[in-house]
Amino acid sequence: MADKNTSMREALRAALHEEMVRDDRVFVMGEEVGRWDGTHKVTRGFFQEFGERRVRDTPISEMAIAGVAVGAAMAGLRPVAEIMTINFAFLAFDALINMAAKVHYMFDGQFKCPMVMRVASGWGVQATATHSHTPEPIFAHFPGMYVAVPSTAYDAKGMLKAAIRDDNPVLFSESIALYPKPGVVPDDPDFVLPIGKSDYKRRGKDVTLVAYARGVDWALEAADTLAKDGVEAEVVDLRWLRPLDLDLVFESFKKTNRCVVVEESLPFFSVGSEIAAQIQENMFEYMDAPVKRVSAMDVPLPFAKEIELMALPDAQKVVAAVKEVL
Amino acid sequence: MAELGKELLLEMYYDMVLIRRFEERSKELFHQKKIGGVYLHLYNGQEATGVGALRALRPQDHVITSYRDHGLAIARGVEPRRIMAEMYGKKTGVSGGKGGSMHIADITHNFWGGYAIVGGQIPLAAGIALKAKYNNEDEVVICFMGDGATNNGYFHESVNMSAVWDLPVIWLIENNLYGMGTSVEDSSGQVELVKRAIAYGIKEGPRFDGQNVIETYNVMKEAVEYARTKGPVMMEALTFRYEGHGMSDKMFSTRTEELEFWRKKDPIHILRDHLTEKYKNIAGELEKLDKKVEEVVEDAVKFADESPIPTYEDLINHVYVEGQ
Repeated sequence: MADKNTSMREALRAALHEEMVRDDRVFVMGEEVGRWDGTHKVTRGFFQEFGERRVRDTPISEMAIAGVAVGAAMAGLRPVAEIMTINFAFLAFDALINMAAKVHYMFDGQFKCPMVMRVASGWGVQATATHSHTPEPIFAHFPGMYVAVPSTAYDAKGMLKAAIRDDNPVLFSESIALYPKPGVVPDDPDFVLPIGKSDYKRRGKDVTLVAYARGVDWALEAADTLAKDGVEAEVVDLRWLRPLDLDLVFESFKKTNRCVVVEESLPFFSVGSEIAAQIQENMFEYMDAPVKRVSAMDVPLPFAKEIELMALPDAQKVVAAVKEVL
Repeated sequence: MAELGKELLLEMYYDMVLIRRFEERSKELFHQKKIGGVYLHLYNGQEATGVGALRALRPQDHVITSYRDHGLAIARGVEPRRIMAEMYGKKTGVSGGKGGSMHIADITHNFWGGYAIVGGQIPLAAGIALKAKYNNEDEVVICFMGDGATNNGYFHESVNMSAVWDLPVIWLIENNLYGMGTSVEDSSGQVELVKRAIAYGIKEGPRFDGQNVIETYNVMKEAVEYARTKGPVMMEALTFRYEGHGMSDKMFSTRTEELEFWRKKDPIHILRDHLTEKYKNIAGELEKLDKKVEEVVEDAVKFADESPIPTYEDLINHVYVEGQ
């Protein structure tokens, strides 16, 4: 098996394709996933190849897309449902939180809910206040459901395959901005990454940058800039918000004693908030500076590009935050 | 209307009396704080709908409902002991004491549970029906819901999806005239709820007398046949609950005239009258069944009383599926 140059979109498509070939119980459902090839083209060609039994176009019905997927999963299928963008997942919140994340526990293990809810996420394209959300941390708030937030093609492939094979419900967030991002992925159909494992995306010794999804790219870009000034940043990619793996965060922090969290989501009750709390609870004796958070600004997103971009985190903001803790 | 055999009628009589007694006893136990929590949604008054409908199913068919679920669990054959233990919050309950009265499920009977979010069971029913269709299995799903549930988004989205996908599902609306304290007239533009089927392009089944178990059984038999061969069908049972929405419903007891009216259409009396008219000297048999019900309910209470409470291990167990 060889490695292959590809994009995150194609890596996701390959993952889904391989799992559908591998297991007849796996099927796709969602708005425009079939005849239209998928809004983000992750399911391109699937309808022709697998047919309407396994590639199911749905009405514009987010509550039912999520709820029907839960029922089908409980009954023994392995649905990979798609909600076109995470903005519409608010309409499906009850089915995800009160059903998907609860049925295993609430009925004392009688039911399992092996479903994946794929959602495209992110902002910065003048999509305005209702279509520019990155609310992954909200979904990670609740026990019972995993939340995947990949940042590379390699991770996306291995994580989606793991999510489909797992017996727990997974909210799988795909950053729209990262779909075209190039990457190298293994061709091996049994390439699967473990659930709930973070990853070093860059090694360093001076400061720990904790990031996920699109935040990883800003962190890496910032690290390149900092390196020119002789500051070696270490970048930890969380990859999963639930299960949240803090092993590498703590390992890195013991060495650097400084941390900046980088995320596309809003700052209030954020992943940054959680990481900061975890570090002060568990790593207090290693702290040389306060944990800093770089995130979106705490405003709804406007249409006008110039002011929208002001609210977006970027590498410069990460560099500035790092300089405050050095 | 098809004549039903004596054996089946007596089984249905037994189930209905068992539900009646179980629910009355549950109410006492709630007030004695043996059944804890703040929620208890009783099914007495509606017994004929549940028993008639579930007797019409085959073992491989699936049942799902709302939080008013213990009566239906009994009708489906779930052990009364384990239902009562669940309502007590005991480890021996069907859901290990973690679900409570609103979350009674027993997968060994294809009883997929009660769901406490109004309408929450509706998309799940469609999903279970999708599994049957996907795997080309001869199974149907019956989804019970109250009149109140027909007004939220789950109903609209799921019934429509069942139509688009031709799912083998029976949408059975138990119209007991009130969603909590609000009447059907005050909450639905179309008060003949089953007519909504027309809007979705699915089969409009009958709006039937849910107090009459024989009528219920017969119309549901036809519905099962329709669902398994053709697709989704909607049904509406006209019925009434003898208790408030839940234990906190203080307004209900003021509806004395309405209650009086429905008491005259008591489902157990209707069946008892039918049986005594049809079979001479059946009184002794009925009495025997009444006595058995007493024993079964008291046994369930004793079992629940004596069962162990869940432990810390249970608190943290089954949050996720582990050890795959």
